Amino acid sequence: MSGMLKNALGWMDDRFPLSKVWNEHLAEYYAPKNFNWMYYFGSLAMLVLVNQIITGIFLTIHYKPDAKLAFDSVEYIMRDVDWGWLIRYMHSTGASAFFVVVYLHMFRGLIYGSFKKPRELVWIFGMIIYVALMAEAFMGYLLPWGQMSYWGAQVIVSLFGAIPYVGEDLALWLRGDYVISDATLNRFFAFHVIAIPLVLVILVFMHIVALHAVGSNNPEGIEIKKHKDAKGIPLDGIPFHPYYSVKDLVGVAVFLFIFALIIFYMPEMGGYFLEHANFVPANPLKTPDHIAPVWYFTPFYAVLRAVPDKFLGVVAMAGAIIVLFLLPWLDRGVNKSIRYRGPVFKAAIVAFVISFVGLGYFGMQPVSPVGTFFSRLFSIVYFAFFLLMPWYSNLMQDKYVPERVEEK
Amino acid sequence: MRTLILSILLLLSSHSYASSGHELESATIDLSNKASLQRGAKYFVNYCLSCHSAKQLRYSRMAQDLDIAPELVELNLMFTGEKIFDGMTISMRAKDAEKWFGVNPPDLSLIARSRGPDWLYTYLKSFYIDEERPFGVDNTLFPKVGMPHVLADLQGLQRAVYKDVETAGGGVKRVIDHLEIAEPGRMTEREYDKAMDDLVNFMTYMGEPAKMERQRLGWKVLVFILLMLGIFYLLKKEYWKDIH
Repeated sequence: MSGMLKNALGWMDDRFPLSKVWNEHLAEYYAPKNFNWMYYFGSLAMLVLVNQIITGIFLTIHYKPDAKLAFDSVEYIMRDVDWGWLIRYMHSTGASAFFVVVYLHMFRGLIYGSFKKPRELVWIFGMIIYVALMAEAFMGYLLPWGQMSYWGAQVIVSLFGAIPYVGEDLALWLRGDYVISDATLNRFFAFHVIAIPLVLVILVFMHIVALHAVGSNNPEGIEIKKHKDAKGIPLDGIPFHPYYSVKDLVGVAVFLFIFALIIFYMPEMGGYFLEHANFVPANPLKTPDHIAPVWYFTPFYAVLRAVPDKFLGVVAMAGAIIVLFLLPWLDRGVNKSIRYRGPVFKAAIVAFVISFVGLGYFGMQPVSPVGTFFSRLFSIVYFAFFLLMPWYSNLMQDKYVPERVEEK
Repeated sequence: MRTLILSILLLLSSHSYASSGHELESATIDLSNKASLQRGAKYFVNYCLSCHSAKQLRYSRMAQDLDIAPELVELNLMFTGEKIFDGMTISMRAKDAEKWFGVNPPDLSLIARSRGPDWLYTYLKSFYIDEERPFGVDNTLFPKVGMPHVLADLQGLQRAVYKDVETAGGGVKRVIDHLEIAEPGRMTEREYDKAMDDLVNFMTYMGEPAKMERQRLGWKVLVFILLMLGIFYLLKKEYWKDIH
């Protein structure tokens, strides 16, 4: 480094821990050297967050949060704003991409035991991020003010009305009106563009700080901190920067390829990312034949519809999310990674994946006897996976678990 | 390259437009066919635009995208004294429309995105004589439709041919089997199909004018990202040389 830059850095370091932060979190943060492709999704989630914030700022410049103007202002962005269509598709595709990478990121944590001691808080912060993300996506979906925006919001907010005693007042308080209206649009706009993004950014910060304090897990479930060299550096660890920063770039490029493919050639994704009915302006007097939430909510929507009673359905839906928070204490398995957890846990994971995807599918379909049957079956499997974990999670686990990352 | 991408996308995409159980005929959509889009624009302003608006599409944008000189648009495609930069609005008032048709004819700017091109194509071909309806026609795809058959002049009028089918309960029900021309219009059946292809092609363009641009641009972006991927991959390999 040239003398002048070194001086500037020294001046900075005397006043702000720039080098210290850089070293602690990048240059001297030791990550296990055996990360596989499942470990790309954390950095990709950050990339998508940045994408949503930047494209969101540009959309906010041209969007009008007013029930009379909102729909047309989105079309104005699509037609008259320079590159508006690109910004809008980056944002709408980004919303779905966010859930794709977050679901894969969570699944990675689930199968490699990344939520287990001492990483419980990493998981809890992550779960709060997930819930905040759902709120963010739900409120953002109202903003284009299409038919599905309107009626989706109407259905979801009315769920709060099912809570005994306080429900109706709570729903009224959320909407700011007796139905979804201009007042609702305005407050959802406020929440979507500032309140929740702020919370998200803070939570992401805490998620990473917690992770860097305890260190990353890996596909083998090995604690690399157990074996250090004379200088205290984990023997199986490598500095995050430059090794994982360059490796993550490969993941970024693969992600961007798929992301661009969707943006340029199939931004509606066959009606899954942008629903066809949402190209019709919101009409409070005309209920669409079939109201379905966007794909990333449908597993929980299917749980809701599987229960005959509305209030109990809401309880079940909330329970399906709450149970995820409890995962670190439900899982009693001694071994971390699925590689050493034996056939019972592996079978349970397969059953869980089938039930979650199945719920997602039936949550998109109109109500039918077959759909209700399978939604109930999959809901039971979903809850059984978590609630029976204390009994089955330690069965038939492998005796041998490697201490070190073995060389291949 | 583009064909490859498009064919993969076709495989992946699925249709989830609100379905009515009616089989849809497929429209030929080709946004690169400027002549078809121009003919479609002609049909649209002559047959649709007096009752339906398309307020999101500006005449000037259409002129530019469809390679029509602005003077020609003003001369041949604008009838209501608007300026070239205006959207395609109509002068019929919503209140009057409701009185006359029962419903206010919807703005059609985005109809191809909400209904899908195949639905529009089938709809435009599914009018048949039904003396009990206010305008003397009904539509097999959209029963009890409020719209008159404004294209009867081109297509002529179709009549329904019925057949009997057994219902689950053992009874017999008369249903429409198919439609056939009762009074010929100015066009033959093939000419009409082609005209409707043009019209629906134009309406698809109208739903998303940026579609032409994004498809033109997309493959360049993808090639750039692939090059980037190659460089990142080599960089990663170089850095990871000494990690075992």
